[in-house]
Amino acid sequence: MLQATPTALAGGGAPPPFGTAVLANLPFLLSGMLATVQLALLALVLALALGVVFAILRSVPVRPLRFVGTAYVEFVRNTPLLVQTFFAYFGLPTVGVRLPAFTAAFLALGVYTGAFVTEAIRSGILAVDRGQSEAARSLGMSFGQGMRYVVLPQAIAATVPPLGNLSIALFKNTSLASSIAVAELLYNAQIINSRTFATYEIYGFVGLCYLVFTLPMGALVGLLERRLTRYR
Amino acid sequence: MATSADAKPIASPATTDAAIVFDAVHKRFGRLEVLKGISGSVAPGDVVVICGPSGSGKSTLLRCINRLDTIDSGQVYVYGQAVHDPKTNVNQLRAQIIMVFQQFHLFPHLTVLDNITLAPQKVKGVSRGEAEKTAHALLERVGIPDKAGVYPGQLSGGQQQRVAIARGLAMSPRIMLFDEPTSALDPEMINEVLDVIRGLARDGMTMVVVTHEMGFAREVASRVMFMDGGVVVEEAPPADFFARPQQERTRQFLSKILTH
Repeated sequence: MLQATPTALAGGGAPPPFGTAVLANLPFLLSGMLATVQLALLALVLALALGVVFAILRSVPVRPLRFVGTAYVEFVRNTPLLVQTFFAYFGLPTVGVRLPAFTAAFLALGVYTGAFVTEAIRSGILAVDRGQSEAARSLGMSFGQGMRYVVLPQAIAATVPPLGNLSIALFKNTSLASSIAVAELLYNAQIINSRTFATYEIYGFVGLCYLVFTLPMGALVGLLERRLTRYR
Repeated sequence: MATSADAKPIASPATTDAAIVFDAVHKRFGRLEVLKGISGSVAPGDVVVICGPSGSGKSTLLRCINRLDTIDSGQVYVYGQAVHDPKTNVNQLRAQIIMVFQQFHLFPHLTVLDNITLAPQKVKGVSRGEAEKTAHALLERVGIPDKAGVYPGQLSGGQQQRVAIARGLAMSPRIMLFDEPTSALDPEMINEVLDVIRGLARDGMTMVVVTHEMGFAREVASRVMFMDGGVVVEEAPPADFFARPQQERTRQFLSKILTH
């Protein structure tokens, strides 16, 4: 490596062997990893909840409710996540809402991903034959009951592959929280990098850390898909 | 059911003891008027068969009985209750009027047993145990007692339609509506479904059946109604309807479907 390491700068002989920067700071990096996983899980739960609620709002035969759903999707998915993150952290205090960085990042990420989840689930709802909800309604079920017991279970099964994509995207998007100093994986890596300049090694390790989670997520989605569509 | 041309005036549809009353029902899809003032009634225990060419409005008329389709003017009464009155609790009403569809519309993600027990539990508050007991008895009645645990996709069309009938019967309906129940079936499966409907007729179930099965109509119907172009052209007991059709349009229709 050509970069100067602290030892090289200090003028003291050969650079430390490859891996030293990561190994020496492993607990610090792993604590960042833990924060990343927590952030991803919490944001995923929020995104799924928002997605189900707004997908239903976008599907009800009541125009004002549909409008609310459409407004959410269009505003949120058409602005960058980084802008939303800054808005939550730096913007909200102006109106008196002061959030810890982690909370701001979690809200921004959940709300942002929720817009895409909404559209994925809505497409699933549209893919369910209209006869299904007619059959449910003709048995006396309300719109809500038909949704809950008949349409949504089928819609969500059909939505698993795109939801898998979104979960993976969400997991990687947690790295944007580093921009507001949330001590997650990338932020901690940047701190170590600024101390050691072992760029190649540190960011390689960080990339691997993301892969360790995202690759199994893809496999898990495939498994879930087969389970949920067993009846076919 | 009286035709719109010679409709008997209905004094007060809400107080007659008819199961279904149509009072000048009009329905349009955009510029196309599909029901042009249908009036008439169905008595409790009647089996009314509706036939006619496609686009004649027969399925739409059926779907107006449980408000799956809305109407533009007129009214439909079910046991005195105005179906299209916004004040009518449509879920309560639909629980008593079961519709059996051409494409079955079973819930593919649920087993046969869960298909049958879902609505009784969620709509009528029946306990799971009670609903399952009823479901097994109904599967016995429609001739497939051993299929409770399978998913609809594993059944033949005829079996699926019989499950759909059992699912409807589980709600203890007062009226059953059949929308071309055998049109999506292989020929050799038609009879197993018609047999179940014949059984219901024998038990005195009030039914309106849209079908092209004229043999079934001749044998089971108390009255046959022929629709064309959004009006009821002719309506008569099956013996008269098939032997002495009064209208030229009816004769044309019957000659086309009975000669092949």
